[in-house]
Amino acid sequence: MNELLVLCAIGIVATSGLGALPFGTRSVTGDRIFAAWFGAGAGLGAVAAGRALAGVPATPISLPWQVPGGELAIALDALSAVFLLQICLVGSLGTVFGLAYWSAREHPESAAQLRVFYGLLVAGIALLLVAKNAVLFLVGWEIMALAAFFAITTDDTDAEVRASGYVYLVATRVGSLFLIATFAVLRSLTGSFSLAITGLSGDTAAGTAIFACGLVGFGMKAGMMPLHVWLPGAHANAPSHVSALMSGVLIKMGIYGLFRITGWFSTVPLAWGLALFALGALSAVLGVAFALGQHDLKRLLAYHSVENIGIIGMGLGIALIGRSLQQPTLVALGFAGSLLHVFNHGLFKSLLFFAAGATIRATHTREIDRLGGLIRQMPRTAVAFLVGAVAISGLPPLNGFVSELFLYLAMFRSQTLDLGAAGLFVALGAPVLALVGALAVACFAKVFGIVFLGLPRAPQPANLRDAPPAMLAPMVVLGLACVAIGVVPSWVGPLLERSLAAWTGEPTSLVGLAPLSTLSWLNALLLASLLVFGFALVSATARKADRQPTWDCGYAAPTPRMQYTASSFADGLVELFSHVLRPERHTALIDGPFPRPSSFSSHVPDLVLDRILTPVAARLARGATWFRWIQRGTVHLYLLYLLVTLILMFVVWR
Amino acid sequence: MPVHQVVLHLLCLLTLPPLLVGIIVKVKALFAGRVGAPLLQPYLDLFRLYRKGTVLSRTSTWLFVASPVVAIVTMLLAGLLVPFGYPSAPLAFTGDLVLFAYLLGLARFFTLLAALDTGSAFEGMGAAREATWASLAEPALFLGLLALVRRSGSMSLSTVLDVSLDRGWGESSAVLLLVFVSLFVVFLAENCRIPFDDPNTHLELTMIHEAMVLDHSGPALGLILQGAATKLFVLGALVVHTILPMSRGSSVVGWASFLGAMIGLAVAVGVIESTMARVRMKRVASLLIAACVLAGFGVILTAR
Repeated sequence: MNELLVLCAIGIVATSGLGALPFGTRSVTGDRIFAAWFGAGAGLGAVAAGRALAGVPATPISLPWQVPGGELAIALDALSAVFLLQICLVGSLGTVFGLAYWSAREHPESAAQLRVFYGLLVAGIALLLVAKNAVLFLVGWEIMALAAFFAITTDDTDAEVRASGYVYLVATRVGSLFLIATFAVLRSLTGSFSLAITGLSGDTAAGTAIFACGLVGFGMKAGMMPLHVWLPGAHANAPSHVSALMSGVLIKMGIYGLFRITGWFSTVPLAWGLALFALGALSAVLGVAFALGQHDLKRLLAYHSVENIGIIGMGLGIALIGRSLQQPTLVALGFAGSLLHVFNHGLFKSLLFFAAGATIRATHTREIDRLGGLIRQMPRTAVAFLVGAVAISGLPPLNGFVSELFLYLAMFRSQTLDLGAAGLFVALGAPVLALVGALAVACFAKVFGIVFLGLPRAPQPANLRDAPPAMLAPMVVLGLACVAIGVVPSWVGPLLERSLAAWTGEPTSLVGLAPLSTLSWLNALLLASLLVFGFALVSATARKADRQPTWDCGYAAPTPRMQYTASSFADGLVELFSHVLRPERHTALIDGPFPRPSSFSSHVPDLVLDRILTPVAARLARGATWFRWIQRGTVHLYLLYLLVTLILMFVVWR
Repeated sequence: MPVHQVVLHLLCLLTLPPLLVGIIVKVKALFAGRVGAPLLQPYLDLFRLYRKGTVLSRTSTWLFVASPVVAIVTMLLAGLLVPFGYPSAPLAFTGDLVLFAYLLGLARFFTLLAALDTGSAFEGMGAAREATWASLAEPALFLGLLALVRRSGSMSLSTVLDVSLDRGWGESSAVLLLVFVSLFVVFLAENCRIPFDDPNTHLELTMIHEAMVLDHSGPALGLILQGAATKLFVLGALVVHTILPMSRGSSVVGWASFLGAMIGLAVAVGVIESTMARVRMKRVASLLIAACVLAGFGVILTAR
């Protein structure tokens, strides 16, 4: 039943962009039909996901398929359902946001194309989530990956967009190559392409090969350091609701893949968990450190995705370590923290990208240092961004805190068990997570403080207004979801237990492990008292306060240009991490009694892409020019090459 | 926890923090050979501020006014998680130590925002410094807590800080001492005391915490000062409980030893402020990393 619902949902969503095509490229009707069509499909998908999470067991469907090794085998369990629910929610909110953000009236050249690929992208994700056959999974995966490429390059008149689309395409090809390797090894092990597998042994060479290839392939999609090269550019240059979809859901497919492949094994070597945990910690710290150095609003948010994927990876690592050492409590806490953070990140990161998109659309710039004081013109967007910022920094009383609490509990719990050296290793996760949390607080104080507070740092457009309702409504929904999970985490406990049972095959209760009910009323108390007392003080003060200029050390005429900027705010922290960040500073020398006008700029290039891959690739390209004489441009010659190669092959492999 | 102990805890949390500030100021005055302000001066200051009107910057918004509320509410809630004179805090549950640390983070986030809300270069400077040093203080705090968790085998502040003479000092005195020193450094950094920040400095350029609240006035400033005093008291309670044996017998002895230890802590802060200079801004990071390292040694020593 559920599976049929999902199939219908996939069909409707995949055709949603096509259905709107007849309405012309400038028609708003097309946009609306697309949103409604898509929403119907996503609604069906969400119902199926909700039923699966409520405990309706999976009833696998299997139909023969002509493709070699392929089989239309689909099943929806509680683990897939979490991801499916997320894609349906964020996907349909994105179409509503897109009504105002990328409407056919404003973008007649690309709106129709974007709608088609948006629908295909979501359908591909839904397909791979329920696929129980490797070929079918790869089909879903490729639809997702390629549709995402076209969605990223929607604004393809911009060279920067094309460049980042190209980097994405290369990265996703490499990732797919590793996935094909993963499934090839799997077939050699099990004899079929079926993915409904349990009980493999991880201690064999084939098991290790599956995990290693999967880690690279799925890690590439997830954007785990150092495989994140495609992520900042693609997220920054895609339309904002596509960025939200990619950052909120698409990169989580890498995490989903890692959940799945580790779920196949009954014995898990300790090294897997340790490796994933270490990679996650690296990703988390470097992700947030690079985010601090950015002054492009969307690039900064993109690096925070790298950070949060790292946090999710740490949780999955702990769960795997728990499985190797037969500690069900560690498995439960690590898994719950990891999966809940997947869902939470989907909520608050989409919220942040929506709010950032609204800001960029109103101000026509992504440069944080050109903005300021937007809370006056865009008060509602500002509140939405603030909710997202508090949530992503992992602060109580919102949802980010709940999932990070699970991870801390796992790390602290591992210290009360006798785990030997692995325990000490996991222990170090706590200060790492604390460092990441504090840096995230600093980074979001920077973004919110510079963009929304203070005074504008550059002239603002004259018609600067708050976002229209179609853009605000999705933010409200996501913000309320962040608050709800933060204030009543006891509701999500049972759902997480079902997903956990789907992953490990044995039910474990979270009730005794995490103080969810205590946290519920504490967070509610905190939120209520902040709102009540805050509102009381604001309303009491606002009436009778005396308004004066800002105190600037006695200086009488402070100007907006004297304010701190994003770069100056983060300078101390960037300096602390300068060994990895290697910030570039461009400054002109000031000398002589009448110095010329001078300027200063600084930026932090990406460590892997800009400092390693691009130079190496350029070298390779230069080396390859030696072989250019082969390319004559005449077909006859190429036919000759083919013939010679064939003859040589016959000679060599006789 | 009996009801009268909860009431006593709340009374303590609401009334005593300014006294701690008064003691520090008095000790510094005595060191300088002055009589100094009366011990209860901080209370009088708070009363004065609560009755005053407010001057607001034209640049600032509702966030600026709301942030002092966040500062005081989070600190009061954090104060309910730390035991004072009774071996258990009013609120104790598995993982409350994470909530404690993150409540400090929430307060910091809104203080930083309020500073940036004024659009002043000096307040931006203070906010940037605070954000930088706090990022290093946080891992030190968690390393210290980690060592305590490993030592006690529990995940709640009330039991983690339950040091008895025989089981605590007898078995793991080295761990406790390392954690104590590390958390004391964190305590000084988080509360902006010398050697990290000088609460009495007169030059905006050198301020950290004071620079962030330059534009606050009236009741809002009063809330900020009370929030800061509460933070001093609550973090101080955390620090003294790492080495202070808790009294199981009479609650009078427990409260007397706790209050005595808190006064001792305030005197120690006063002595440090009178005898030490601030470290250079560039060296603050090294000091905090040293605190991390000390707590890290504490973690390693608990390896069984």
